[in-house]
Amino acid sequence: MKIAWKEYQKDIADDNYFYARSCIRQNFFPGSEAAFLNILRQDLGRDVYEDPRHTSCTGIGYHSDIVPLETIMTVVARQFSLMTEAGYENFVPSCITSFGIYSEALELWHDFPELEEKAHEYLYKATGREFKKPKNLAHTSDVIYHHREEIAAKAKRKLVNVETGRPLRGVEHIGCHYAKIFPKAGVGGSEFPYVLAGMIEAWGGEVVDYPERRHCCGFGFRNYLVMANRGYSIANSKQKFESMAPYKPDFIVANCPGCAMFLDKWQYAISEMEGTFYGPDRQGIPVLTYEELAGLVLGYDPWDLGMQMHQVAVEPLLDKLGVEYDPSAKYLGKDGKFIGKPEECAIGSYTKNIL
Amino acid sequence: MVNWGYTITRVRRVDIDSNDMSYSRKLLAEFPELQSCIACGSCTATCTAGNLTKFNVRKLQTLVRRGEYEGVRKELEKCMLCGKCRLVCPRGINIRGLVQKLKKELPVK
Ligand code: SF4
Ligand code: SF4
Repeated sequence: MKIAWKEYQKDIADDNYFYARSCIRQNFFPGSEAAFLNILRQDLGRDVYEDPRHTSCTGIGYHSDIVPLETIMTVVARQFSLMTEAGYENFVPSCITSFGIYSEALELWHDFPELEEKAHEYLYKATGREFKKPKNLAHTSDVIYHHREEIAAKAKRKLVNVETGRPLRGVEHIGCHYAKIFPKAGVGGSEFPYVLAGMIEAWGGEVVDYPERRHCCGFGFRNYLVMANRGYSIANSKQKFESMAPYKPDFIVANCPGCAMFLDKWQYAISEMEGTFYGPDRQGIPVLTYEELAGLVLGYDPWDLGMQMHQVAVEPLLDKLGVEYDPSAKYLGKDGKFIGKPEECAIGSYTKNIL
Repeated sequence: MVNWGYTITRVRRVDIDSNDMSYSRKLLAEFPELQSCIACGSCTATCTAGNLTKFNVRKLQTLVRRGEYEGVRKELEKCMLCGKCRLVCPRGINIRGLVQKLKKELPVK
């Protein structure tokens, strides 16, 4: 057992990262990527470089059979060329789909060197660029996991219920493209992914083990993109919620943009479609990104972390954590201007019970 | 309730935790050899009724063992009681006998 566990650890670079943003995260959880950069640069003093010329990895198009393999390999090669040009060797994508795509390209090029030759050739013909493969490929959740003890040492608060003093119970949900396609690319492999569980434990929380823990969130690209298939997509999330709800989790944390989005939004959809709620008092289970979780632990303001963008109200969790927040600032932007407000709905609205 | 143009698909998963396993347990107590089934599918492959219809005797007995009884009794009416399944079963299970028993005991649902 010990030997197997050792085999499923991965090398995660300690510093000097080339950062590749995610297309969909910037829409769904716009504060998380900024939080990653702030945590790495300001709290941990690490060097992170990003290049504005970086593009989408086109992974969603690839998994929807719109972008062919040769094209996506060339896109990957171009991203690597930006990293090479900037003098970096540690590639850190923020998206799990992209992480799967980069892992797939590297694996393909390893097994079929002629494909790597092709990627060099296509890239050179199209752009005149050249690239080197990264020495280290780690997802942003790997990087936060790598620094989890350092974050714990700087923590302003622990994942503990301030009223009861008990550890908060967290459901960790790992993206399929993180651990299930190339198990060796993730911490703990596909059976025992530890990347998020390690964060929860290091920051004082308790990990919930429940029957459908490793089940997919149901996003699956074409499961969702075609409207007729959405019933199947939502059924997967529902199966997970039904399985986790009896364990009364205080929050869900996910490392994939799609999972965090769907576990959050599908709770709203289920509540509207059939009136089912998975948290107490017609509330949902708040769904966080690992940057948001780390940010809360480090004492960031929840609205600076972008938590007002969630569909499931996060205030019940903030109250349990003892986070001080200004409810009237929830929908104010950085410049203090009103950014708009979603319509009232049970799962998204929260009024504190004053006893 | 809101209608966005799709519904939540019903999960077609066998859930042993929530299924009523009482009949299944009784059956296994009276027909213990059923537990030695290795799910090879020889019974289904040789089945006369199965050659003509979608009747699948391995599937039906597996469903019953897992507490899924819906539609089984009706499906069993397709069996011709020829007994070929019993001859080929590598575990010597009396499948035809099982079919007769289920036809007697399972309610029509
Ligand atoms: S007895 Fe029934 S189940 Fe068995 S082979 Fe004949 S028709 Fe099929
Ligand atoms: S032939 Fe016998 S062992 Fe094979 S599936 Fe049928 S009952 Fe089971």
